Amino acid sequence: MRPGFVLCRFCYVSASMHEFGLAFVTAFHLIADLDPGLVGIVGLSLRVSLTAVLLSALIGLPLGAAVAAFRFPGRRAVTLFLNTAMGLPPVVVGLIVYLILSRSGPLGVLGLLFTPTAMIVAQTVLIVPIVAALTRQIVEDLLEEYADLLRVMGAGPLTTLVTLLSEARWSLLTIVLAGFGRASAEVGAVMIVGGNIDRVTRVMTTSIALETSKGDLPLALGLGVILMALSLSVNLAAAMVRETRRA
Amino acid sequence: MLRRSFVLGCAAAAALLLGSVQPSTAADRFITVASTTSTEDSGLFKSILPKFTEKTGIEVRVVAKGTGQAIDIAKRGDADVLFVHHKPSEDKFVAEGFSTERKPVMYNDFVIVGPKADPAKVGGSKDVSAALKAIAATKAPFVSRGDDSGTHKSEQALWKTAGVDPTTGDGWYRAIGQGMGATLNTAAAVNGYAMTDRATWLSFKNRGDLDVLVEGDKRLFNQYGVMLVNPAKFAHVKAADGQAFVDWLVSGEGQKAIADYTINGNSLFFPNASEPGA
Repeated sequence: MRPGFVLCRFCYVSASMHEFGLAFVTAFHLIADLDPGLVGIVGLSLRVSLTAVLLSALIGLPLGAAVAAFRFPGRRAVTLFLNTAMGLPPVVVGLIVYLILSRSGPLGVLGLLFTPTAMIVAQTVLIVPIVAALTRQIVEDLLEEYADLLRVMGAGPLTTLVTLLSEARWSLLTIVLAGFGRASAEVGAVMIVGGNIDRVTRVMTTSIALETSKGDLPLALGLGVILMALSLSVNLAAAMVRETRRA
Repeated sequence: MLRRSFVLGCAAAAALLLGSVQPSTAADRFITVASTTSTEDSGLFKSILPKFTEKTGIEVRVVAKGTGQAIDIAKRGDADVLFVHHKPSEDKFVAEGFSTERKPVMYNDFVIVGPKADPAKVGGSKDVSAALKAIAATKAPFVSRGDDSGTHKSEQALWKTAGVDPTTGDGWYRAIGQGMGATLNTAAAVNGYAMTDRATWLSFKNRGDLDVLVEGDKRLFNQYGVMLVNPAKFAHVKAADGQAFVDWLVSGEGQKAIADYTINGNSLFFPNASEPGA
């Protein structure tokens, strides 16, 4: 346990006190003291998960809309695949990315294993299907409304995609937030491809797993409280954007 | 359309911003060490690595797993140095050409922890074989790593010495397939026995009603060895910097740093690089 995580002497709490109370006290002190270790870990968590979400939106939104709007052979198979891939177990994605990025794997020369980049790749693989599958569903429903209009406009494929995505933007924001929730909460994939290296690839979820294994349950739960607070702030920010844009 | 670009743009800007303000901790010069949870979780690395980095300017990145997994990482060429504790596996690693030389570094010891009520009456014993037999006879819960780690392999060897096959028991022997900490958490929850390295135990916080019951048997000693991954096998291995770390660990300075690390006055690891055959 790093020294910065020690509770201050004014807040001594007896061991018999309920662990949940202790977790909140721990969380409060970590934030109030602006623990440098914690700041680094939170920063890396946000950097990895937000980058993965951004990449997934860039890939998943057009992909999902295209599957919804266009007729092509194998379309139902693609839909089925995307829906199934929404439930990809993080630990399996982690293992596959690990084997590909390992020095003995096909992309080993890049030397990306045990770096934040590897973690971004794994989380992107994990959430692209979520963004794409949900986007497909929403755009498909929307298409029933807009099909005639688009035909009258004589819209080409690109205009069709852009129009549909633009009209569905607020629902899509919720999808992207769901993707962020999945990315920031998962531990299986980043643990395997990142290696949980102190100050290099250690993020919130892997820290929680580590502190649990060290038997420091209040600290682990305290970190969990902070992680949930982070998720809350991201969602609040999104809700505010939505409100101000709508008004 | 404009609005969407705006939102996306904001997200992109935020992501880029976060990327740039991230403190750049990645030194140009670093080595990756595959090691075990006991060395990391006990706080040993936090204590000794800064001394090495200060002297040489080489940052050490530790991936801490069970011994079995750490060896696998090194065999795939994903680490420069392997630092683990299971001599037969280490000798095999060298014999297969993944390293040219193994050097002994230090030892710590295993202890058997269990409930203070001690249904098997093994408390204070120095004979680990007799203790294991007694635990098996009373069918008191025993939680095992079951994860092919160095500790798990040592535990299996001790059962064999005791002449007991615990896996044929009716549910009192629980192999959970997880790390040392998770094993101790489980043992505390079911109030059962477990074998742990002393270092992890001393730094472990969620002890519940558990206490150290069996210790001091020579068979419970646990030797650590260090190896540079063979650069002839993997061209990208940072041979010079990795070798510098190996040499430092077994040098007088490194050995002293290991001996100096204590928790509440208890030494956790005992340097023995100069002991023949260790």
